[in-house]
Formats: sequence, C-alpha cells, structure tokens
Amino acid sequence: MKVLSKIAAVATLVALAACTNPDRFGSDDAVNLNNSAGGSGLVSDPTSPAYFQQAIGDRVLFAVDQSNLSDEAQAILSAQAQWLLTNTDYSATIEGHADEQGTREYNLALGARRANAAREFLISRGVAGTRLKTVSYGKERPIEICSDEACYSKNRRAVTVLASGLTS
Amino acid sequence: MIRFLTSLLVGATLLAAPVHAQNQPLRITIDEGIIEPLPLAVPNFVPDGAAATEYAAQIARVVAADLTGSGLFREIPSTAYISQVTSFDAPVQFADWKAINAQALVTGSVSLSGDRLTVRFRLWDVFAGTELGSGLQFAGTTDGWRRMAHKVADAVYSRITGEGGYFDSRVVFVSESGPKDQRRKRLAIMDYDGANVQYLTDSSSIVLAPRFSPTGDRVLYTSYQGGFPRIHILDVGRVEQRVLQSQEGTMSFAPRFSPDGQTVLFSLSQGGNTDLYTMNIASGQSARLTSAPSIETAPSYSPDGSRIVFESDRSGTPQLYIMSASGGEAQRISFGQGRYGTPVWSPRGDLIAFTKQNKGRFHIGVMRTDGSEERLLTASFLDEGPTWSPNGRVIMFTRETQGADGRASLYSVDISGRNLRPVRTPDGGSDPTWSPLLE
Repeated sequence: MKVLSKIAAVATLVALAACTNPDRFGSDDAVNLNNSAGGSGLVSDPTSPAYFQQAIGDRVLFAVDQSNLSDEAQAILSAQAQWLLTNTDYSATIEGHADEQGTREYNLALGARRANAAREFLISRGVAGTRLKTVSYGKERPIEICSDEACYSKNRRAVTVLASGLTS
Repeated sequence: MIRFLTSLLVGATLLAAPVHAQNQPLRITIDEGIIEPLPLAVPNFVPDGAAATEYAAQIARVVAADLTGSGLFREIPSTAYISQVTSFDAPVQFADWKAINAQALVTGSVSLSGDRLTVRFRLWDVFAGTELGSGLQFAGTTDGWRRMAHKVADAVYSRITGEGGYFDSRVVFVSESGPKDQRRKRLAIMDYDGANVQYLTDSSSIVLAPRFSPTGDRVLYTSYQGGFPRIHILDVGRVEQRVLQSQEGTMSFAPRFSPDGQTVLFSLSQGGNTDLYTMNIASGQSARLTSAPSIETAPSYSPDGSRIVFESDRSGTPQLYIMSASGGEAQRISFGQGRYGTPVWSPRGDLIAFTKQNKGRFHIGVMRTDGSEERLLTASFLDEGPTWSPNGRVIMFTRETQGADGRASLYSVDISGRNLRPVRTPDGGSDPTWSPLLE
C-alpha cells in the first residue's frame, strides 16, 4: 500500500514537472519516467526536486570540446552531492549534451565524457556510484535552438536528473 | 509490409539484336574534364496495348530523370523531336535525331499482362548510327515498375561510362520532423531518388545513423529505446528489429557492418571513455580494438575487410586514422586545417569520404587512403555523414540549415564536387545510408 500511494503521488508530480523542467523528453527517452520527480515539489522545500533543480542548479556547463569542470561547475556539483547525501531516496541520471558544432558521433562521445566528469565529481564527494547513471544525448537535444554561442554555451551541459523510489 | 522488397523478381534477358560494326562507340569517361553533359533523347516507350500506355510513359520519365540526375546527361525535350518512335522494332531515323543533336537515344517498349510488366529497351549511338550494346528485356510485377526503369538507366549509364550504375538502389535514412529542441526521428527507406518512402520505426525513441549491410538485407542503427543509446539490427524485408549490443552501464553507437556482413564494428562508451569494438553478430562474441583515454569513434572497414578508418581526438582534435582490422598501431591520415570526422571507405577502396569542420564551416570531402589529394566537395553551415553510391561515384549526406528553424535534409554530390542536388523527402532527412546495387 505504501508503495502504491507513493507511485500515485509521484505520478501527479510528474504532470506538474512537465512544465517546470525543460529537459525532460519523450516518454521512451526519459529514464524511469514513471518514477521521475525532476522539478517537482516546492522550491522552498529543501528536500524537493524543485529545490535541487532550481535553488541548487541541476546542470553544469562546459567550454567548447571540453569536459573539465570549472570552479562554478564544481560548486554546483558539490551542492548537488550534499543534497543527494541528505535525500537518499533519490538516484540520478546525468545527461551529457553537446552543441551542434561537431559530428553526431563525436558529440555522442563528448556528451558521455561530460556526463562522466559530473558523475565522478559527485562520487568524489561521497555519493554512491550505484545511485548515478549516465547517458549522452550528443547534439540531439539542445535546449536553446539558435546557432550562436549564446545558445551553444547553454547546450554544452551535463544535467542531473533525479529519479525517486529506486532505493528500498 | 514492404512489398516492393520481397515480391519483385526482375529477370533480365538479352534481346536478339541486329549486328552492327561498332566503331568509336559513344563514351563518357568520367574524370575532372567533363563540363558538358551528353545530349540524350528518351522518347516515351512504346506501349504494347493501351493498358501499358501509362507505364510506358512513366518508365521513360524515370529513366531520363536517373540519367540527367547523374549530371552526365542532358535530356532533349520531346517538343524538339522531329520524328516519333511508334514501333520498337522499326529502324531508327538517325538523321532526325542527329538534327536535334541527340548523341544518345534510348528506345523501349512496355507490355502488360495481368500484373506482369515486360520492359524492353535499346540504346543507340546516333552519330555512329549503331546500337550500343544489345537490347535488354526486364520482366517483373507492376509494383516494381520504377525498379525496371532504374535497371534500364543503370544499363545505359554503364554502357556509356564503362562503370557500374547506381540507380537501382535504396537509401535508409532518419526522417526528421518537429523543431530543433523537440525533434522526432524515425527510420525510413526509399528508392535512391526519394521515391517510395516507407517508415521502418515509429518516432517514440531517438534513432541515429542507420548503416546498410553489404547485401542490403539488414540495417544497423542506434536507438534510445530503453533510455540509453544501443545498437539495434533490423531485417529490412520483414521489418523486424532487435537489440544487438547491450551492456549494463555502457552506451554503444556508430555501428558498421564488416564486408562479409558477419561482424559489427562500433563505438562503446564506458566510464566516459569511447573506444572501438567488434562483435560477431551470430555468436555475440566481442573484441576490443582500441584502449585509449581519447575518443575513438565513427569506424568504417576497407572493402577487403583488412583495415579500419576511424575518428580519434588522441592528438587533441578529431582527426582520421587507419589501423589493421584487428587493432594495434594506427596511422594518422588527415593533416589539413580543421577537424575531421565520420570517415567512410569507398566501395572501390580508393578514397575515403569524410566530414570536415574548419573556420565555422562544414564540408564533405574525399581523400586518398594515405591522406593525399584531399578535395572538399561541399561547404555549408553544417554538412555531415557521407555515404557512398554503390559505384563509388556519388556521395549522399546530411545538410542542416542554421538557426532556430534549422532543418536537416539530404543532398547528393558527385566526387568531383559537381552536381550538388537535394534529395527530396516528405519530411526532413538525415544520416543516409546507401544500399548496394540491388540484384
């Protein structure tokens, strides 16, 4: 019963999350969509995914062709790690992305590097590796669609997408 | 589901042909020097009975479109004709065709019996006043009428250029719809010229970069079905697909068949690092070919299967390398300015097509297998992903336009850089893979 009510609650939140999280994709592409809680809850509640996404920041950005983490990125990931250490009910998939400059194949590999850089940092801050998956979307899922650096800089990203209910 | 793939049986028969002395046959030598396309007349084929009239006209149109589309021929419009071809077996009035400067003339006939078409054709060297080669006859079902037209065009192309044709072939590609940030992708198959588009997957998952098997019966591609990129294999005739490669915690992509069709060569990312692997399709047994912290991806076999060309950023930027098919030491072959990717070995073995990115522009280019004689064929905001025509003369690729309403579509260009033309598809298109010439 407990599990069922939890799923029902999450399902409701998913509907809300659809409009608050621009990084959620079509159903088959989203990992554990039924359990997804990205962006849900109130930003004022520090235990909520909304707080994780908006107050802490769910994404870090990268320089062209690079996967090393800037000071700013490390600060965000440190805060993400703290949150994950406190909210142990959540696991996460880190999605690596690239801008459209570059071939499809290279960008897939580059996105994998970026996602892994973020994952390794979270692990170095104490988050169990078993809670962290990675996936690369290469240049397949830009969030900004202009063909300028203003957009490219936001597309070169690693996004930590929370999923709940995976720990028992 | 895909009727034209399975039901069409085309039989070719040599027609008894009049014997002519062949002096100085009509000939195009494909090289850098061709500027002027050869003038050609393709009058509507002669229908054997009223029921065949529409087929007779349409088949001639497809033959003409194939040949002019190659950039090597120019069609003389029927309004310029002095005489009409009303009988397939009547003597050709060479003077009438010579007067309008038709150097080559294709005549044909079409008969229809039930759902079976029989197409006969002859190719004439107008100025020599002789038949070039022998008459040929193709028979098949009506749903394969375009294939019969392509076969006629292939025979004409082959007789005049001395090289294999490429018209009776298909292309699998990614059909794209929707805006850039919500693009929907699904696999589709079509004739090489964009006709007969049929969809092979739905668009519920991202699909990328299909690759034909050497015999055209199967396609490898990458799909996000299940949430992670994994390599799938699809039986083209039965439209059945399955996951080929799946390993927990990894992503696999950029697959390519070996020339014998038994092995898949691909990239696998694990712990953020991407290397090259092979897997035997029947046994599932895999081998690791590279082991470096750099990115190794976009591999392609030489036609004899002995070597692999691939893309790596081990030098700091993406460049092209060649190594033995079993792995080991690799030689860098790209040394020009910029970044190189997606190398594809030509079916003739002599050239490697690639994507090049330099100074904010993308190019499709070709180079010899030792990296010499680099030649850029195109330039645009974003060109990528070349695939070779079966005869190694034409390259099809993806062109994506710039900006928020950017759209991907297919283009082809010949390896001299001439004859750049769009390949029309119902929606956007990307990642073409060209089949071998059909049997």
